Amino acid sequence: MNRYPLWKYILIGITLVVAFVFALPNFFGEVPAVQVSPVRTTEKADAALLQQVEAALKTGGLAYHGVELAGNSVKVRLATTDTQIKAKDVLQNALGNRYTVALNLVPASPAWLASVNALPMYLGLDLRGGVHFLLEVDMKAALEKAAVRYQNDFRTELRNDRIRYGRIAREGNTVTVHFSTRDQRDAAAGKLGLAFTDLAFTPEDQAEGFTLTARLRPEAEKRVQEFALQQNITTLRNRVNELGVAEPVIQQQGASRVVVQLPGVQDTAKAKDILGRTATLEVRMVDEQADPVAVSQGQAPFGAEIVPSREGVPIAVKKDVVLTGESITDASPGFDSQSGQAAVHINLDGKGARIFKDITRENVGKRMAILLIEKGVAEAITAPVIREEIGGGRVQITGMESAQEASDVALLLRAGALAAPMQIVEERTVGPSMGAENISKGFHSNIWGFITVVSFMTLYYRVFGLFSSVALAINAFFLVALLSMLQATLTLPGMAAIALTLGMAIDANVLINERVREELRNGATPQAAIHAGYERAWATILDSNLTTLIAGIALFWLGSGPVRGFAVVLCLGILTSMFSAVTVSRAMVNLTYGRQARLAKVSI
Amino acid sequence: MLEFFPFKKTIPFMSWGKLTTTISLVTFLFSVWALWDRGLNLGVDFTGGTLIEVSYPQPADLHAIRSALEKTGLPEISVQNFGTSRDVMIRLPNKGHANASDTSNRVMGALQATDASVELKRVDFVGPQVGKELYDSGALALLVVAFGIMAYLAIRFEWRFAVAGMLANMHDIVIILGVFAFFQWEFTLTVLAGVLAILGYSVNESVVIFDRIRENIRKMRGATIPHIIDDAITRTMSRTIITHGSTQIMVLSMLFFGGEALHNFALALTIGIMFGIYSSVLVASPLLLMFGVKREHFIKPVEKKEEAVV
Repeated sequence: MNRYPLWKYILIGITLVVAFVFALPNFFGEVPAVQVSPVRTTEKADAALLQQVEAALKTGGLAYHGVELAGNSVKVRLATTDTQIKAKDVLQNALGNRYTVALNLVPASPAWLASVNALPMYLGLDLRGGVHFLLEVDMKAALEKAAVRYQNDFRTELRNDRIRYGRIAREGNTVTVHFSTRDQRDAAAGKLGLAFTDLAFTPEDQAEGFTLTARLRPEAEKRVQEFALQQNITTLRNRVNELGVAEPVIQQQGASRVVVQLPGVQDTAKAKDILGRTATLEVRMVDEQADPVAVSQGQAPFGAEIVPSREGVPIAVKKDVVLTGESITDASPGFDSQSGQAAVHINLDGKGARIFKDITRENVGKRMAILLIEKGVAEAITAPVIREEIGGGRVQITGMESAQEASDVALLLRAGALAAPMQIVEERTVGPSMGAENISKGFHSNIWGFITVVSFMTLYYRVFGLFSSVALAINAFFLVALLSMLQATLTLPGMAAIALTLGMAIDANVLINERVREELRNGATPQAAIHAGYERAWATILDSNLTTLIAGIALFWLGSGPVRGFAVVLCLGILTSMFSAVTVSRAMVNLTYGRQARLAKVSI
Repeated sequence: MLEFFPFKKTIPFMSWGKLTTTISLVTFLFSVWALWDRGLNLGVDFTGGTLIEVSYPQPADLHAIRSALEKTGLPEISVQNFGTSRDVMIRLPNKGHANASDTSNRVMGALQATDASVELKRVDFVGPQVGKELYDSGALALLVVAFGIMAYLAIRFEWRFAVAGMLANMHDIVIILGVFAFFQWEFTLTVLAGVLAILGYSVNESVVIFDRIRENIRKMRGATIPHIIDDAITRTMSRTIITHGSTQIMVLSMLFFGGEALHNFALALTIGIMFGIYSSVLVASPLLLMFGVKREHFIKPVEKKEEAVV
């Protein structure tokens, strides 16, 4: 009765082999590598880049272990961390700033393992060191920005349609257009209603005139918010690429948040500065009619606002935005050829170039302000007088304090503008030494506990205890293999969960062994006792594991970050333990005792 | 055969009802008092704020660190040693300055200016909104787990078992929280995960005993209900001790080798396992008696389930 059919042994054998193969990469460790990836997310790493990298390394006289194309990057394996750093410099010089070159670690497992997609477990930031940020997008600002855009568009539209209008005012995310007659208002309502289907228009008759109030429809509002989030994610991705991080994670979380994880980043201050900055550039005209005395007292003339300038003198700029940072295709730091001052050279896209050309032609002799807006505060970097029409979309901005600042501003402009400001609402940084420390602590908690439990089980239950111990070891293997296969993030709480599930997994074997003993005590034959022990223990094992599984699932559902890592391992550990503790240990028992028809005694 | 618990006779657990109820009530009331009077020492995960861990190659000069940090103008800075004399933990609340996410940079800047050998080990910054969300979802998780398990027990057994099992386990949870409040140990997200795992784990102790009670009710026709329960507990005793023992071994291993990060987590589990045994045996079962479990609840002709075990 204690025999498995052959297919069951084969099935167990196959699972063991698969588990072994997938657990294997975790034992090879990692080798230093250099990772080359294109800065622009639209560009792809290809065979040409691969050849370029190899050529650069050869001319640099650097020995390497292998070059491979992985995802959207080229990875070069190197022997030591010394050559790693040298290779990084060589490649960065050879490839220029279209590519980022980052230090990385890659698994040292042989190629055949990688070819079947067997990778080591994916370690969380608390185990490998790095930064985790949670950024929240200011959706209110995103909507207001959309309203500002409509405010400008209305003006153009009404002017084109030759409909006379009064003031166009914005409050929060509603825009109100004032008219002197009802006919004008109704005509405008018809025209604007057709042109702007995303908006809901409400006419109102007031004592002082007629108004038309526009507001985004709820579905359009949602679209604006989604767009803002997507735009910000793209921008963040570009900025992170500029930072040169090997395996960044940038993901949406919920409706208004973005998670950014930068493994291995050590200069967190710099990372935070670049990510957290919401710099956008706006080009606006200076209000030449403004009274300098009123301006210095902070009184803005109608249709203008006061912004501080780098020179310390506040200036009045018109509220109409000529150009925004969205029109910028490239920005690079440099120096002004005449004065030698630090400068930023900007390239504009076609539409931006056209607008810029028109505005400079129409306003020769007037001043134009270039505003850098950070965290909702505008500052005029420079407000030069327009000497001549500027065509071709190439613009130079001076007024930077230093070459360093010019290069920072250029980076921010190049990486694109954020559709809406963002704030860091959560940060978790783990230093590199701490990560290694955590791995060793997690490992030691597991290994010493495991050794103690296994010794006890073998002493207490003899041969059955040995089977239980082997089943427990196999369980650990299954768990590691499953985590590697799923590439689930392993965190320190996750390592604690491995220890905990190993402790709990032995429960199933204790239940079985106790039941077998009891059956023997009641006078059953050894074969019958083994059979009854396994059969009857199953219901209890299922029950007791299900309650823990309920807790694990709730934790996964409601938890975040470290708790989630804990929950994943807990749930997986429960599943693997049910298989290994019951099926695998039974196979060992059956193989050992099952064939002996007249079994007189079992060691339990 | 090596046996630790060769109980031949049934131990009269139920006759100790008065004593165990008193013990439970006293520890429970003590925990409630500790929670009410002292409150949990919530970590930055829940309160929001900044926590910075740094280490120095030599024993840290806390005075110098404090005076360097006071110059930054950040309010309510707490500086203390952590683990060893070379490791320092700095905490700051979120209030009083607009740009909280910048705090860690300012603190590190000030520390590096005083002693360049300082090494950053860990920063946790949690904004006020996120802290509140983590608190809320933590509380929600506790409720979901409690009701999920109760529903499971009600389906698997009967409502009396479900309520008794759940009350016994909530009693464990309150005691864990009470001990954390009394000693003012820091309560973090990881500790919460441990508490929830305990909730799922220790209820299975009750499941095993309940299973056995149900089995006994069917088998031991002549026996009284208290005797049936006593027998069930006695027969499962060996398994109870060995199972919890092995889990506790793993937890102790975490407590000794897991370092500060897992320390409080392991403490919560230890208290949970200890009280889990106690409450399943000596709280859940008397409660079952109190709720008036009867033979008739199980001798329904319809239900024929496979019995389980130990």
